[in-house]
Amino acid sequence: MGHTLGEAFALLASLDSRLLQVVGLSLRVSLSALALGTLLGLPLGAWLAVSRFRGRGAAIVAINALMGLPSVVVGVLVYLLLSRSGPFGGFGLLFSPAAMVAAQTVLVVPLIAAVSRQIVEEAWRDYAPELSLIGLSRWQSAFLLLADCRFALSVATLAGLGRAMSEVGAVMIVGGNIDGYTRVMTTAIALETSKGDLALAIALGLVLMAVILALNAAAYGLRAWAGRRYG
Amino acid sequence: MASAFRTLIAALLLAAGLPALAQDALVVASTTSTEQSGLFSWLLPKFEAATGIRVRVVAVGTGQAIDIGRRGDADVLLVHDRAAEDKFVADGWGIARRDVMVNDFVVVGPRDDPAGVRSVRGAAQALQRIDAARQGFVSRGDKSGTHAAELRLWKEAGIDPKRSPGYKEAGAGMGPTLNLAAAINAYTVADRATWAAFKNRQQLDLVLAGDPALFNPYGVIPVNPARHPHVKKEAAERFAQWLTSPAGQEAIAAFRADGQPVFFPNAR
Repeated sequence: MGHTLGEAFALLASLDSRLLQVVGLSLRVSLSALALGTLLGLPLGAWLAVSRFRGRGAAIVAINALMGLPSVVVGVLVYLLLSRSGPFGGFGLLFSPAAMVAAQTVLVVPLIAAVSRQIVEEAWRDYAPELSLIGLSRWQSAFLLLADCRFALSVATLAGLGRAMSEVGAVMIVGGNIDGYTRVMTTAIALETSKGDLALAIALGLVLMAVILALNAAAYGLRAWAGRRYG
Repeated sequence: MASAFRTLIAALLLAAGLPALAQDALVVASTTSTEQSGLFSWLLPKFEAATGIRVRVVAVGTGQAIDIGRRGDADVLLVHDRAAEDKFVADGWGIARRDVMVNDFVVVGPRDDPAGVRSVRGAAQALQRIDAARQGFVSRGDKSGTHAAELRLWKEAGIDPKRSPGYKEAGAGMGPTLNLAAAINAYTVADRATWAAFKNRQQLDLVLAGDPALFNPYGVIPVNPARHPHVKKEAAERFAQWLTSPAGQEAIAAFRADGQPVFFPNAR
């Protein structure tokens, strides 16, 4: 283990452009999925928080359960949908970064929706009388609460980012791990492990963890700055 | 619904920062042995320089590669399971299968060889020894070309592998199967190319090679454009032609993994 770690650090010192390309694609795919997932997940969570309808409890349980949706299952489903023989085959998207963004979006939407539902619902419980008093509709209240809870909601987004950056099952299947085109950090790690090059696999794992750490630090810094500036 | 989906697709493409580039490269479905040994990184720059055609390789087991071809998700296959290849062509999914190259399977196992495989000549005999000595054997178990070859050897040995005391199915590619065999110090059948490039050998060593039953031929098959009109048939044909041309065959012969030749051209 110590030997492997030593080798891993030596490999990191020789960072090359191909590795940077793989890291770049990981960031592009996962941040795109996160942006789409946030655009879909936050309104869905806020709507679930403020609306009352028959079966709402079941919907909340379903969304919460979908947080545990296995990435490999999402991979197979998106594969079947995007395959040339599937319903959306005409777009020719299988084995492309766009397919990877689609799969990761499916993975992060329930996570962001479930966490934001919980956060917005607690705020709604506190402010519902005031919000209806000033004549806001449920939708208007939902968006007001989303804006009000933005700092707490950043946790939902960071959880989504973690899920997208770390999953391998879905991107491996729908991206195909094509060298120079759909190879991302996690699929590269899986490949090196299967080649028996454990030192390189660990080195890539360290790079991935450093990238996730840097993104979280950036989010924390941004939040602290915004907190000072806008309260 | 359809237009909503189109909007979503457009959003996905924009989000990934890509115009619909998926259309202009040739997609080759091939096996883990060709990718992981480094053969493709050796061949493709030469092919791209000769033809100007960009290639993307999806490396999976032969069973999955053939399924990808059947679904129309690849333009051409480079695989190694003759029976499955012939069925693929006979069913009309592929056209004009051509021989490209051969490599061979090897039996690897514990360095001290407790089953005594080193003293036999044939692979079927080796499996009989492993079974009789109640030694561990790791099977691919993933319907790949290597798995199909392995099952033929067990049949030839007259043994139902599932009843062999030390038999385990990894259900994985060649590399993970070798990782498992190395971890539990068991025997396995590997293609020579992946074994040559494999780094986590621990106590494993090559114990048997050279039996003609371990012969492993690779074929190239363009996907039939009559079944899948969107396939890039000209590019797929040029790929098949180049691999079987003198230039392609020489490039294959010049490839080395771990310092040794592992693929031998055999196009006619």
